[in-house]
Amino acid sequence: MIPFDFEYYKPETIPEAIQTYQELRNQGKKVIYYSGGTEFITFSRINQMAADAIIDIKGIRECHVLEQQGDQFVIGSAVSLNKITESSIFPLLGQTVKQIADHTSRNKITIGGNINSRLIYREGILPLLLSDAKVKLARSEGELVLPLTNILDKELKIGSGEFLVQILVKKSYGSLPFASLKKTKITKVSYPVVSIAALVKDQRIRTAFSGVCEYPFRSDQVEAALNETSLSMAEKINKAVSLLPAQIIDDIQASREYRTFVLKNALHEIMDSLEVAPA
Amino acid sequence: MIQNSLAKTVVKLHVNGETHEVMVRSADTLLHTLREQLGLTGAKRACENGDCGACTVLINGETMHSCLSLAIETINQPITTIESLMDSPIQRIFVEKWAIQCGFCTPGFILNCHALAKKHPNADEEVIEEWMQSNLCRCTGYQEIKDAVKAAVQAEKQA
Ligand SMILES: Cc1cc2nc3c(=O)[nH]c(=O)nc-3n(C[C@H](O)[C@H](O)[C@H](O)COP(=O)(O)OP(=O)(O)OC[C@H]3O[C@@H](n4cnc5c(N)ncnc54)[C@H](O)[C@@H]3O)c2cc1C
Ligand code: FES
Ligand code: FES
Repeated sequence: MIPFDFEYYKPETIPEAIQTYQELRNQGKKVIYYSGGTEFITFSRINQMAADAIIDIKGIRECHVLEQQGDQFVIGSAVSLNKITESSIFPLLGQTVKQIADHTSRNKITIGGNINSRLIYREGILPLLLSDAKVKLARSEGELVLPLTNILDKELKIGSGEFLVQILVKKSYGSLPFASLKKTKITKVSYPVVSIAALVKDQRIRTAFSGVCEYPFRSDQVEAALNETSLSMAEKINKAVSLLPAQIIDDIQASREYRTFVLKNALHEIMDSLEVAPA
Repeated sequence: MIQNSLAKTVVKLHVNGETHEVMVRSADTLLHTLREQLGLTGAKRACENGDCGACTVLINGETMHSCLSLAIETINQPITTIESLMDSPIQRIFVEKWAIQCGFCTPGFILNCHALAKKHPNADEEVIEEWMQSNLCRCTGYQEIKDAVKAAVQAEKQA
């Protein structure tokens, strides 16, 4: 039972959503955009999230697009994780999001909700980091397309009143060799101890991580180490792990030492599966 | 634009082929509304966190945790609950395979299995495993449940 009341709006167009947000804000209300709603409902139930009004973006056609347009894949922010996997549109993304939560939850969790989650995992963002994805944002000044990394500072920084409409990925990324690996504590359905997505472009491996540090990341330094041809596989991995952008998490899921051990093994598995040749 | 103010509002929900008027707060989950307003208590309230699948229903033919949906979100969408599968072949298969102990998880498992069989009549072990991971059985009768699911998928294939 959610212990507070709120207003509910389900607009059909982007301008209607933006205008509704502004009108409610002008009345001094706390407003949030609502997509799959699973995070809003679960956190609200235990009083860790609150709003005077929610704007459900699932009525907006553009947020449901899932297709190739010209030379890019267009993925609406309100598309469910299962729809992305079933469409096979961008296999690395499809395989990575298939490892999030359980099948029934993935009918409700959306890609926009996952990458804007307040949780530290946001596993859906990993393939987007590897594929130089762009995002289309809705704002009162009109739509804006920009590289995902321009609004990423550990988490997505989307301005007040703005929301993510679509994710754009160059089609060429869909045919590159890839791997996606998630290691959990015990059961398959769980938050990651380590989650890695990888692809090979121009004979260089790209890697992005979740569950390792307090935020998902892709790192130039880590990739440089993994691609250093003069090093053995073990040396590459040890060097990469020494260059992570933040401290490895130490929590109830896994101690820092165990997580480091799992991370190294997972990297080994990924490099092997992509046949990244040892020196 | 569909909208709902802070006050309770009467809305129409399409459940098991019938249209019902219910009075909801925006904050009411579908689970709460089905149980408290429509008396459809087959969907069980347990974790309310998307972890156990006891509250599973079908919305537009897809499995959903009714604890993770607002009732207001489901206006204009067909909702299927376990009550619509009374005396169905799939119910009989669960009984015959002894896939029930206390029965608390059973509605969720049956609805999930029903949706799986419709969507993947050729489901292999991996697909069955993936779908069934959404439901927990506190009595741990997983082997019997798995046998029932396999039999139900097989029956759908032959239908
Ligand atoms: C059972 C379960 C298991 C889970 N397991 C995992 C896991 O293994 N790995 C993992 O990474 N995550 C996992 N999660 C977390 C889940 O991915 C996030 O909670 C995600 O936010 C849910 O997406 P949603 O669409 O339901 O979100 P919502 O509740 O709709 O939104 C979440 C947040 O994102 C914002 N938002 C949503 N859409 C947009 C948009 N288009 N533009 C701007 N902001 C937006 C909302 O305002 C809100 O703050 C799990 C969740 C559940 C319920
Ligand atoms: S009560 Fe909904 S998943 Fe447990
Ligand atoms: S039969 Fe008791 S919870 Fe499954």
